[in-house]
Amino acid sequence: MFKLFKNLKTKNYIELLICIALIVFQVWLDLKMPDYMSNITALIQSESTQISEILKEGAYMLACAFGSLVSAVCVGYLSSVISSDFSMNIREKIFNKVENFSTAEIKKFQTSSLITRTTNDVTQMEMLISMGMQMLIKAPIMAVWAVSKILNKSVELSAFTGASVVVLLATVGTVMVIVIPRFSKVQKLIDKVNGVTRENLTGIRVVRAFNAEDYQEKRFAEINDNLTNTQLFNQRVFAVMNPIMNLVMNSLSLGIYFIGAFLIESSMMADKIAMFSNVVVFTSYGMQVVMSFLMLAMIFMILPRASISAKRINEVLDEELTIKDGDFDEDTSEKGVVEFKNVSFKYPDADEYVLKDISFKANKGETIAFIGSTGSGKSTLINLVPRFYDTTDGEVLVDGVNVKDYKLSTLHNKLGYVSQKAFMFNASVKENVAYGDNGKGEISLDKVKEAIDVAQASDFVEKMDGKYDANIARGGTNVSGGQKQRLSIARAIARNPEIYIFDDTFSALDFKTDAELRKALRGYTKDATNMIVAQRIGTIINADKIIVLDKGKCVGMGTHKELLKNCEVYREIALSQLSKEELENA
Amino acid sequence: MPRPGRMPAEKANDFPKAIKRVLKSMKKWHYIVIASVFLAALGSIISLVAPNRISDIATAIQKGLVPKTEKLSEIMEGAMAGFEDQEYMGRTMPEIMTSTDISDDDKAKFQEVMASMTAASDEEKTSLISSIPDSIFIKLIQDVNIDGTTISKEDSLSTIKILSSINIDNQEEAIAKFDSLPKSVYNVVKPQMDLTYIKKLAIFLVALYLISALFSFIQHYALSTVSNRFAQTLRKDISIKINKLPLRYFDTHEMGDVLSRVTNDVDAISMHLNNSLAALVSAITLFVGSVIMMFYTNGIMAITAILASVIGFAGMILILAKSQKYFNQKQKELGNLNGHIEEIYSGHNIVKAYNGEETAYKEFNRLNKNLYNCNQKSQFLSGLMPSMMSFIGNFGFVAVCIVGAILVINNVIEFGVIIAFIIYVRLFTSPLTQIAQGMNGLQATAAASERVFEFLDEEEMPNEDALDKKLAVEDAKGNIEFKHVKFGYDKSRTIIKDFSIDVKSGQKIAIVGPTGAGKTTLVNLLMKFYDIDEGDIIIDGISTKELKRENIHRLFTMVLQDTWLFDGTVRENIKFNRDDISDEEIWNALKVVGVDHYVKTLPGGLNAKLDDSESVSNGQKQLLTIARGMIEDAPFLILDEATSNVDTRTEELVQKAMDKLTIGRTSFIIAHRLSTIKNADIILVMREGNIVEQGSHDELIAKNGFYAELYNSQFSKVTE
Repeated sequence: MFKLFKNLKTKNYIELLICIALIVFQVWLDLKMPDYMSNITALIQSESTQISEILKEGAYMLACAFGSLVSAVCVGYLSSVISSDFSMNIREKIFNKVENFSTAEIKKFQTSSLITRTTNDVTQMEMLISMGMQMLIKAPIMAVWAVSKILNKSVELSAFTGASVVVLLATVGTVMVIVIPRFSKVQKLIDKVNGVTRENLTGIRVVRAFNAEDYQEKRFAEINDNLTNTQLFNQRVFAVMNPIMNLVMNSLSLGIYFIGAFLIESSMMADKIAMFSNVVVFTSYGMQVVMSFLMLAMIFMILPRASISAKRINEVLDEELTIKDGDFDEDTSEKGVVEFKNVSFKYPDADEYVLKDISFKANKGETIAFIGSTGSGKSTLINLVPRFYDTTDGEVLVDGVNVKDYKLSTLHNKLGYVSQKAFMFNASVKENVAYGDNGKGEISLDKVKEAIDVAQASDFVEKMDGKYDANIARGGTNVSGGQKQRLSIARAIARNPEIYIFDDTFSALDFKTDAELRKALRGYTKDATNMIVAQRIGTIINADKIIVLDKGKCVGMGTHKELLKNCEVYREIALSQLSKEELENA
Repeated sequence: MPRPGRMPAEKANDFPKAIKRVLKSMKKWHYIVIASVFLAALGSIISLVAPNRISDIATAIQKGLVPKTEKLSEIMEGAMAGFEDQEYMGRTMPEIMTSTDISDDDKAKFQEVMASMTAASDEEKTSLISSIPDSIFIKLIQDVNIDGTTISKEDSLSTIKILSSINIDNQEEAIAKFDSLPKSVYNVVKPQMDLTYIKKLAIFLVALYLISALFSFIQHYALSTVSNRFAQTLRKDISIKINKLPLRYFDTHEMGDVLSRVTNDVDAISMHLNNSLAALVSAITLFVGSVIMMFYTNGIMAITAILASVIGFAGMILILAKSQKYFNQKQKELGNLNGHIEEIYSGHNIVKAYNGEETAYKEFNRLNKNLYNCNQKSQFLSGLMPSMMSFIGNFGFVAVCIVGAILVINNVIEFGVIIAFIIYVRLFTSPLTQIAQGMNGLQATAAASERVFEFLDEEEMPNEDALDKKLAVEDAKGNIEFKHVKFGYDKSRTIIKDFSIDVKSGQKIAIVGPTGAGKTTLVNLLMKFYDIDEGDIIIDGISTKELKRENIHRLFTMVLQDTWLFDGTVRENIKFNRDDISDEEIWNALKVVGVDHYVKTLPGGLNAKLDDSESVSNGQKQLLTIARGMIEDAPFLILDEATSNVDTRTEELVQKAMDKLTIGRTSFIIAHRLSTIKNADIILVMREGNIVEQGSHDELIAKNGFYAELYNSQFSKVTE
């Protein structure tokens, strides 16, 4: 956890030092106040007191109180600056790091976990700093100072105060030991309640079709009861804590007076007065001692949570980047050429190769397609071109240069990548299509319109409210799956790339749109090279070269006609989709 | 995925109504709640009483510090009583002068003293007396009997010696001298504390503390029970409600919305109710109680204390209002930033491939900065509260002391009043923050409960209890007829205009059309998920309007393409809600579908848990849902074909399983692949929600309409 604090800047350290000084000052003032308080009470008691004397003491005390307030305000301000600064910087660092992650690292952490690490975990750390820091500094100072005030004063009273601290800490400790493991259980049960409700909602048609409403309600009731009982247990245990804490605190001052009375009574006249002042000191500082130990205990309660968050953040920040940027950013003489040379790939920690010894070359203007069953490695293969992953063996060349040598932005400027799951930003249609930087300046509205037209999306875009300025909701929830996919294809077209990469893009489209789109695309991008991963034979039937993958190996390469003749796997796939006659007619 | 937190002090639309509703729906626990509230109030009253007793103890102790100087003078007077007694002196003097025990020097000294005595002032007399030699002095004094003890002459003498050596200016030293007094004297004059009184008070207080702890425990225990049971009931009601709402509701409402009502809102209600209700009551009691006690004790002091606190609280309310503003802003900015992070992380590939990092980073930085600004401010302001509170407390203390002192000096009040007020000020200021927090809590409860009750109040599907027609599965023949059906999701927009079709038992009906053409609409109508606007759907001669939904559902087996499996074992997923299914029947169904081998390979076989992990492929999931459909065994079948998520070979398996499912059933098949439905008896072609063509494959091809176009497009050549 302390490693993370290295991210504090020099400015923050100075602020921190000022904070510490101010807190020391504040503690000093806070502990001084009881003195004035007892002075004032003493003055009021004696008959000869002048009002001016009380005013003077009162003024001192108010000055202390005000000084304490002012320094508390300053400390509050500084710690809010430090913690917000810290969280802002850490967030930025994580975000930057994640932006540089490759797909492998994203997969390793999982997107949802990365999001929580960037947001919730950072907030946890921020809380530790904003609340914990003050306590962390204040509690020990308070404890030491207050203890020193009562130290050597009276063995009996010290023992009693000590016992109160022990009882309090034991109570808090016991409650925590009982409750904390159940907290995570409650969290899990809440997730389950959520899960069962989600199931019921996503499967609402199925549940109704099977008349399974009662069944679902029973399942829900089971978890609901479990959740309620666990939570109830926790809160009942907690119900013990408050009364005991109050009891101990109340008993503390009563006990000090009571024990004090006997001590005074049994001591000699010479010690009585001293003993009495001890009792007074104990009543005002004993509480401070107890409070400061409670504060310390609270820190130990916050610390574990924060240290878990710190660990999760550090994992991200310490993750070694597997994809390193190259420095080749010159123009190439060749354009639109992709070549795989004996490429093999396996995931970092895996034993099995996902791709084994793949070689092929796609020339400018060619369409090259990849087909195979799920898990055959076709998506992985195509992801090697934009360097979402790096090859384990062999090399991938784009325009004659190894992709690892390229500056990533230069490489990406040559590519138009469309993923399997269309991704939409929360922005206008225009912004979604003109997204990113293609190294050739801003993409014009005309170009956007053209791209949308080629992608067969003008129909619905024209119908949208605001047309090209229409807003796409986060996650693209206000457009259908097919529409999203068409827009994401338009995004690639608007980029004017040398090489298109369609990672199973067309499966989300119906046959008709699929066919029309590809037709329009072919006409529009005669010079561009197309790399298409597909499931449907219909999509790739006209490709210049089809590569058939099976369990990571290339088991066939050629045109549709050739493969039908000499590739068993291809024939199987084809026959599962189209009848013999249809295949022959095609 | 993290959801931006709800605003803390979200306002309810109608606060009193919402709270009333909450209290009303807690009827079952009214007695417990009232008892808890009563205990809370009682606890507060106890805490109003206790401080006075503590200060009584302190006073008792203080009284025990002062030595009984009056006893001392009594002893002295008693011992030296003879000095004033002429007769006594006259008797004793000759005795002294003739005594052989006394030295002549002493005798001379004594005479000298006595001579100067007559002329001396009272003050000089004291010092003169003390200069009388001890040997003579002891003869002059006598034993004293005080409080049952007799002080000997010797003790009196040494007491006088000690007292005369006292330096009045050094009080401490003077008091210390007391310790060297002879035992008999010391025992009489030593300060005496009223220990029995102190003990009595202490026992009273301990009892009070124990009672208040017990009350507080009972109250916490009871309220947490009530709030959790209430939450349980609410969650249960929601889960039941979900199944009573028309599907239409879920078309217009997001799933996340319902989910957050089940968890977040219900949690908020139970938490705030648990924390706020008792705290609010005890704080208000404390507040009102201390105000009453203050005015009862002294009006001027009460006004002073209240004024001093009110000034502070005005400042605090200002700060609170401001911090609330920043807090809301912070929540908003946090939401924006989280949204952006979520977007960029989940679109990581696209961002990278399109070189969008720079833009994303810039946007992130902008949002991060925005968040920083309001985050820092809201944190700062909300952090001020406790410091402000303690300042107000101290300010109140000083104000009470000063005004109190003036009043004491002018003999308006006694000292004890000030001590009492010092305590009242503290009692008066602390509940104010609790009241503010409690009100916020109630506000949040109200807002959350409004959302929960809004959901529970949604209009349910029409009650069908009055429908008494029945069509048992065994009696169903499998004929279904659509008669001039008219339907629209939206009353103003009819999408199925006038649809009629007569389906005979065992026929296969295919529904085709591009994505988004509304193929599921027909399913919705068949299953009576929605009611048709006009026309009629007739199953075996009975209008579906006269059949209960439950009955209709029983007649249909439905397998949808989004494979719905729940978190449970394979057996539970296949059996689903049917209790009367043996393992053997399950294995049979699995065998027919062709996944028996796969299920056997799972750890635990039928007991294997199905969860979100990717160990079960989409295809296998699909097969399992088909097996579930097999078990259901109904005369009608609705089948949604698998789409591209399944790889080609599994797809073949699924296709075969589906074909088996259609045997002997009147089937409606939503087709995505045209080659598989060519042999359908009737093909319904849908476009933009409406059924545009219907007929057999050959008829439709011959017609050369939309279907023909669709069919040909799947292997059309891309013309260069």
